[in-house]
Amino acid sequence: MIEFASVRKEYPGGSVAVEDFSLTIPSHAVAVLVGSSGCGKTTLLRMVNRMVDPSSGTVSIDGVDVRSMDPVKLRRSIGYVLQAGGLLPHRTIADNVATVPVLEGRSRRQARKDALGLLERVGLDTALADRYPAQLSGGQQQRVGVARALAADPNILLMDEPFGAVDPIVRDQLQTEMRSLQAELGKTIVFVTHDIDEAFALGDEVLVLRKGAEIAQRGTPAEILANPADEFVASFVGAGSARRTLRIREVGGRSVVVDGDDRPTGVLAR
Amino acid sequence: MNWLSQNLHIVGALLVDHLVLSIVPIALAILVSVPLGWLAARYRRARTPLLTGTGLLYAIPSLPLFIIVAPLIGVPVRSPVTIVVALTLYGVALLVRGAADAFGSVPRETMLAADAMGHAAWARFWRVELPLAGPVLLSSLRVVVVSTVSLVTVGAVVGASSLGTLFTDGFQRGIEASILTGLVLTVVVAFALDAIVVLAGRLAMPWRRAVAT
Ligand SMILES: Nc1ncnc2c1ncn2[C@@H]1O[C@H](COP(=O)(O)OP(=O)(O)O)[C@@H](O)[C@H]1O
Ligand SMILES: [Mg+2]
Repeated sequence: MIEFASVRKEYPGGSVAVEDFSLTIPSHAVAVLVGSSGCGKTTLLRMVNRMVDPSSGTVSIDGVDVRSMDPVKLRRSIGYVLQAGGLLPHRTIADNVATVPVLEGRSRRQARKDALGLLERVGLDTALADRYPAQLSGGQQQRVGVARALAADPNILLMDEPFGAVDPIVRDQLQTEMRSLQAELGKTIVFVTHDIDEAFALGDEVLVLRKGAEIAQRGTPAEILANPADEFVASFVGAGSARRTLRIREVGGRSVVVDGDDRPTGVLAR
Repeated sequence: MNWLSQNLHIVGALLVDHLVLSIVPIALAILVSVPLGWLAARYRRARTPLLTGTGLLYAIPSLPLFIIVAPLIGVPVRSPVTIVVALTLYGVALLVRGAADAFGSVPRETMLAADAMGHAAWARFWRVELPLAGPVLLSSLRVVVVSTVSLVTVGAVVGASSLGTLFTDGFQRGIEASILTGLVLTVVVAFALDAIVVLAGRLAMPWRRAVAT
């Protein structure tokens, strides 16, 4: 369980990234924070693993204030996935995945062996193990980033726009795989994105943020789509836009779902 | 050639002296410059004093520097220690800026990623910053290697023996073969040490070639 209690963050220089944020994320849940660039998402994530300390308020994990923990140990116990994977360009794929176990004192040979298993788990060919990150596609690098975050078997995963740099088809695929991986692993995940479709695709619960990390609305994707709390949320989720207003048309005895521009998006299952 | 075959043992001894007088200051300059360059890259307030200070060192001509350094450390001008100290200073003068640029070239996101994974400061330096600074560091190291090897010969003027002794002796006694041998060997030493640095860089940074191909 991760708990933000009245957290505020003002950076030196006076920019207030987070005004007053409170949220409890139960264990094994996926919380998706969605909001436009600069609204404070990264700051919120980094307060969990102490890369940023709040100006006031507390962040706690299973009831323990993270400020009482050693930052280096804390970070090793939490998986962090960054945009474009954040891989170390001078380390092979296997060594990247093995990073945290090796820092924790595991032998390099054993850690690399475990890394191969993790690569398979995230759908990568183990033949890639001895390549360098620059030799992989964006989607592959992203998978390596996930494998690396899982290497120390953390309870918590922080994901900062992890699929933002890959093309839409690969992104869909990664999202689908992430859902099935999560179904299997049951981690506590804080996932940050500026893409509302991604938020709806991944979140059990979605939090729409506005500037200063103010929660504009919190709910399941269906709740938010059905009843946007205000103008801001409505426009953010695109409520009323052609692609969100679907209608049914009967074609050849089947019910075809079309969007506001009469473009078919699917058929109703029977 | 005749001269060379008769003086082979002297030339050999001078070659060894020259290698020692080159390699020791190069190694010392690396040891001093890497931490200073790191400080200059990571702490804005340290940057200007460090870069200006070490840059000014290079403006001192080598002969006067030998003569100033000797009494300061209390050894004779012709002592190898004088040469080593003076050439270390030159090496530092060149290398601190290169090291600062090298550490400045390490992508911020990569350092953040290293932090996020739980590298302590020391581990981050050795495992992430230093290797990624490697390529830029290596190119200024190559300049230092060649310049040090050539500056060692100046020491011969104040009496510190090296391949430069072959020039000074050759001039005084009018032996062209001696001058020529000194010249050729100095260039060969410079090329050889440079080649070793490049090769060591390739071995230490295998990712660069893998990525380039
Ligand atoms: N290290 C920092 N120093 C000063 N201001 C920062 C720093 N990091 C972020 N900010 C500012 O805080 C705000 C929120 O940033 P961030 O948390 O990165 O938002 P997001 O991830 O949603 O794009 C932005 O206005 C940003 O400019
Ligand atoms: Mg961000």
